[in-house]
Amino acid sequence: MSATAQPESFRKPELICPAGSLPALKAAIDNGADAVYLGFKNDTNARNFSGLNFDLKTMAEGIRYAQSRGRQVLLALNTYAQAGRVADWRKAVDQAVDLGVNAIILADVGLLDYAAKTHPQARLHLSVQGSATSYEAINFAYEMFGVRRAVLPRVLTLAQVEHVIKNTPVEIEVFGFGSLCVMNEGRCWLSSYACGESPNTVGACSPAKFVKWDKQPDAMEVRLNGILIDRFGNDENAGYPTICKGRFEVAGETYYAMEEPVSLNVVELLPEIMRIGVAAIKVEGRQRSPAYVTQVTRALRQAIDAAAANPDRFVVKPQWMSDLAKVSEGTQATLGAYNRPWR
Amino acid sequence: MSTFIIPKFALPGFVAKIGARLPQWPHALSLICGLNLVRSLGILPAETLAEIDGRTFRVTVLDTGAVATFTLQGGVFKPVFGKASPDLQFTANLSAYLQLLARQEDPDTLFFNRQLTIEGDTELGLTVKNMLDAVDFSTLRASLSRLPGFARLRDHGDSHTQTSPA
Repeated sequence: MSATAQPESFRKPELICPAGSLPALKAAIDNGADAVYLGFKNDTNARNFSGLNFDLKTMAEGIRYAQSRGRQVLLALNTYAQAGRVADWRKAVDQAVDLGVNAIILADVGLLDYAAKTHPQARLHLSVQGSATSYEAINFAYEMFGVRRAVLPRVLTLAQVEHVIKNTPVEIEVFGFGSLCVMNEGRCWLSSYACGESPNTVGACSPAKFVKWDKQPDAMEVRLNGILIDRFGNDENAGYPTICKGRFEVAGETYYAMEEPVSLNVVELLPEIMRIGVAAIKVEGRQRSPAYVTQVTRALRQAIDAAAANPDRFVVKPQWMSDLAKVSEGTQATLGAYNRPWR
Repeated sequence: MSTFIIPKFALPGFVAKIGARLPQWPHALSLICGLNLVRSLGILPAETLAEIDGRTFRVTVLDTGAVATFTLQGGVFKPVFGKASPDLQFTANLSAYLQLLARQEDPDTLFFNRQLTIEGDTELGLTVKNMLDAVDFSTLRASLSRLPGFARLRDHGDSHTQTSPA
C-alpha cells in the first residue's frame, strides 16, 4: 500500500500486448496481459505481413482462450478503406462484432461512422493511426462515434498527455514499449515514396517483397525497391528496413537523417503514467514472435504491478530493463517524446 | 514448466572445419524427415505450404560446418544436392537455432543482433518465420504424442506457458 495518498486521477493501466499468431496470443495471456490486440489476415490491419495474423477459426479460438481467462481481445482494423473496396473493411467490422471481440480499434472516420451506426453496442477505440493528438480531435470522435478509448500517437510529452486526459471523457491509451519510427502515425507515406505501398494503403510499411538484404564481405546492405537504405557493419546492430531509420548522405555526411533504430521503454515513468490517469499501456510488435511477447509481457506485468502497489517507492529492477533491452530494435531504449524538454 | 535456458555459445573453430568436410546428406535428411513429420501432422497451414511450394531453402550452421539444402515439392520436403543458389538462406550458429526452436529467442532479436542472417527472398523468409511462429506447441505435442515412441510427451505441459494466470 502506498505511503502517501494518490491523486483522484490515479489508476492502474491495463497492459495491452500484441498477438500476431495464436501462440503469441497465448504467451501474452499466460504472462499477464490484460488484453491482446490482433488483426485479420488481410490489409484491414497495419501489420499485413505474409503468414501473420488470424483467420476466422484461429481468431475464434484465441478469443475463447483470452475471454475464458477473464482477459480481453481488441481487434485492430486500423488501415484506411481503399477506393472501390469499402465493403471489405465494413465486412471486417461485421466479422469482428460477430466474433465477439471486446473492442474494435479503428482509424478511418468512414468506418467509425459505419461501426457506430450499424453496431451501436460495439465498443470502439480510436487507433493511433487516427492521428488524434489533441483532446478536441478525441472529443470529436467521442461525440460523433461514441469512441470509448483513444490511442495516442507517440509525439506528446507526459504533460501534454495529462492535458488531454483532463479534457476528455475518453479513456487514453499510450504506447509503453516497442520499436519507434518517425511517429507520423496515420499520415506517413515514406514507404510509398520508395515502393508505392505504405501502412495506410496496403497495411505494411516497407512491404517484404520490396526488401532486399545483401550480404557483403564487410557489411550487410539493405535496399527498399532498389533504394539503398543502410549498410550495417559486421559489428553493428541491424534495424527494420524502413526509410525513416535509414542512413543517408546529406550535405556530404552520412547519418541517420530522420530517426535511428531505437525502442521506446516507459518503465521508469510508470508511477507518473499512473498518476495522470492513463487507462492502458500498449506494447508494439504484432510482427514479433511468441518469444518476444513472452519476454516483454512478463517484464511489464511485473513492473506495472510493482508501480501500482507502491508508486512512491517504485524502483526499476535491472532485470526488467535488461530483458526489455535484449529484444529492442537497435538494443537501445528511450523515453521517446514523453520526457522531452521542448514542445 | 520449462526452466532450462539455452545459452549463447559458439563451438570451437575446428568443429566447423571438420564438419564442412564431412558428407552433408545425413543431417540434411534428418532435417527433412523432421519437416515432413511436422507437415504430416497437419499443423502447418495448407495455404502457407502452397505459397512456399517449389521454393528452395538452405540452412547453414556456421559453427558445425553443416549445410542442408531442400525444397518443398508437391507438399513434400525433399533434399537438393548441388550448388544451385537457394531462394532463401538462413545462417547462424547452432545455439541460435536451438534458441529459436525452443522459442527462447525471437528471430527479429537474433537478426538485429546479427546472430542470424537471412538472405534471398525477404517475403519468403517472413512467410516461413510467421508459419513457424504460428505452430501451436500444445497442438504439436498432442499430435506427436499419438505417434509410437512419443507417448511420454503426453505428460508434459505446454513449454511456452511459463506462468499460470491467476
